[in-house]
Amino acid sequence: MSEIVLELKELHTHFFTDNGEIPAANGVSIKVHKGEVVGIVGESGSGKSVTSLSIMQLIPSPPGRIVSGEINFKGENLVRSSEKRMKKLRGNEISMIFQEPMTSLNPLFTIGNQLIEAIRIHQKITKKESRQKAIKMLKLVGIPRADAIVDEYPHQLSGGMRQRVMIAMAMSCDPELLIADEPTTALDVTIQAQILDLMRNLNKKENTAILLITHDLGVVAEICDRVVVMYAGQVVEQGTTREILKNPQHPYSQGLIKSLPKIHEREQKLYSIPGIVPKPKTGGIGCNFAPRCEFAFERCFHEAPELYSLEDNRKSRCFLHDNNEGEVKKHAKSDIES
Amino acid sequence: MVSYIIRRLLMMVPVLIGMTLITFSIVHLIPGNPAQVILGETANQTAIENLEESMGLNEPYLNQYGLYVKDLLQGDLGTSLRSNAEISAEIWPYIAATFELTIFAMLFAVFIGVNAGIISAWKQNSWFDFLAMLFALIGVSIPVFWLALMEQWIFAQELGWFPAYGRQDNRDPMAPITYFYVLDSLIHLDFSRTGTILKHLVLPSIALGTIPMAIIARMTRSSMLEVMKSDYIRTVRAKGSGQFLIIYKHALKNAMIPVLTVIGLQAGVLLGGAILTETIFSWPGIGRYVFEAINYRDYPVIQSGILVVAFIFVIINLVVDILYKIIDPRINY
Ligand SMILES: Nc1ncnc2c1ncn2[C@@H]1O[C@H](COP(=O)(O)OP(=O)(O)O)[C@@H](O)[C@H]1O
Ligand code: SF4
Ligand SMILES: [Mg+2]
Repeated sequence: MSEIVLELKELHTHFFTDNGEIPAANGVSIKVHKGEVVGIVGESGSGKSVTSLSIMQLIPSPPGRIVSGEINFKGENLVRSSEKRMKKLRGNEISMIFQEPMTSLNPLFTIGNQLIEAIRIHQKITKKESRQKAIKMLKLVGIPRADAIVDEYPHQLSGGMRQRVMIAMAMSCDPELLIADEPTTALDVTIQAQILDLMRNLNKKENTAILLITHDLGVVAEICDRVVVMYAGQVVEQGTTREILKNPQHPYSQGLIKSLPKIHEREQKLYSIPGIVPKPKTGGIGCNFAPRCEFAFERCFHEAPELYSLEDNRKSRCFLHDNNEGEVKKHAKSDIES
Repeated sequence: MVSYIIRRLLMMVPVLIGMTLITFSIVHLIPGNPAQVILGETANQTAIENLEESMGLNEPYLNQYGLYVKDLLQGDLGTSLRSNAEISAEIWPYIAATFELTIFAMLFAVFIGVNAGIISAWKQNSWFDFLAMLFALIGVSIPVFWLALMEQWIFAQELGWFPAYGRQDNRDPMAPITYFYVLDSLIHLDFSRTGTILKHLVLPSIALGTIPMAIIARMTRSSMLEVMKSDYIRTVRAKGSGQFLIIYKHALKNAMIPVLTVIGLQAGVLLGGAILTETIFSWPGIGRYVFEAINYRDYPVIQSGILVVAFIFVIINLVVDILYKIIDPRINY
């Protein structure tokens, strides 16, 4: 693989609330290579947004704080970087777009104003040049009538168009890494596909690495090279998109894939994993997934599993991969395959 | 924009009609015969009849109202019973005095209030925030007359920093042009006089502006805190922009929308409070003009004074609405 752009090592981002300490990111390790598209999937509340905001150093503080771990961006540990340094990186080398295109743009300034601002924070060019660049960026993300739209206000555009503007803004300084937190969740299906297409094209054309956050495995299947599955603040499985979709190892990933709607089979009812995502908490014992896991056995309730390395660079946080659990494993395996 | 202003002006018409109905009714709501009340118990019958004749009090109400509005449209506010002069000829200096004081009180309230609110929100829970909000709390609950008297005692009598009464040094009056004294002194290029006039404005402006200032400060703070949590502020942060741009460009403009509403409403409170402040500071404004008219039962002056104050309020709110439109491109009615 090519060089690593981003590497999270054992990231712990905790929130200190009146109800105690919440380990929203509880030892997250993720690698993103140059030009790669990596997906983070998991049900809502599993710590995906907290992980991505931690990379940007934009965790609302208080109540949140990065407690420990490293965020290495091109060899520089961002956890140790000054705010001044972060301002240079944000929007320039690392950009981010968000779930809510309807509210992510300031309603009181024109599209052009906000795009030009993004450009001029990082590049010393004249107003006129940056306006030209803004129009060029709008065209790049497939916005028709870019010369007119540049002078319009956000409320004059649809959700899909606004998300394109957000992408144009994020791409305007040629970032090394684009973090997209549920960029298509608020959009309807056809628009979703267009936005994903656009991101894939930009990834190919500009060789920008993308960290795509979503709760939708369908989105992952569209554009991701690799997938990280998160559950209750932890990575529970990772591997290439193909392998994970075809042959998920962790019981949670298996549940996620089972609950995907299938085009060919006309199933009456969609499968859904029983139970709800638990709030991440400190001091819990056992596997976080145990209360919902159909393979859970004695040990799962007393001990927390580590992230086991499997063949082909895959990882899975489940005792079923522990060689000492041979019996159980065989039993479970046959269950999955049947 | 032009069509917006025209529509907004048309919307003022019913308000103006309502205002004239109220001021017109004042004379007729007095129990008993208005002419009798105006002239007093001891007036003789001929004087009463003469007054009824000159004020047209014998006509049917509708005719009287029609006449009243017709006169108003021609700029005729009636005749003062006390001075026998045309009100329209003598009222302007009073209007200018009140307007000038209101503007300065408002500038004081907005400038201090908005900035204190911004810094409080920026440094939430700091000692500045704590002190500013404590002052704001005191500010909204302080009685204006008490504040005015304290100011006069401390800053005029004890320290002698500012004059306690009037608009200018009366031993050396200026030839007025617009009756906005600050403006007039500038037109005369008499800058030392400008200084004196500004000094006269300080204490009454503070007395009048303190309550609006406190309300504006609290409103700005809560509005800023709300806006700072919004998604578009997160977007600006993600662009790599600094705190100053975030606060003074993106947050402030959004936070000003609700603050503007408060400013418009407070302008009314300010005009209402003018009578008290003008009396304490011997400020020759519309408040005092009306107040003295009440003592003389000079009803035409009372009517005109109220009408003028209400009109100023309507104008201020027109300006506020135009500012809304300038700030917020989504407004479209
Ligand atoms: N501002 C906050 N204050 C307290 N807790 C928070 C805050 N933001 C996130 N959390 C906690 O972090 C958990 C994960 O949140 P998040 O990363 O937004 O999940 P998602 O995977 O849906 O993006 C939440 O369940 C919540 O308990
Ligand atoms: S460790 Fe146990 S409870 Fe956890 S996922 Fe594996 S089998 Fe299920
Ligand atoms: Mg989220």
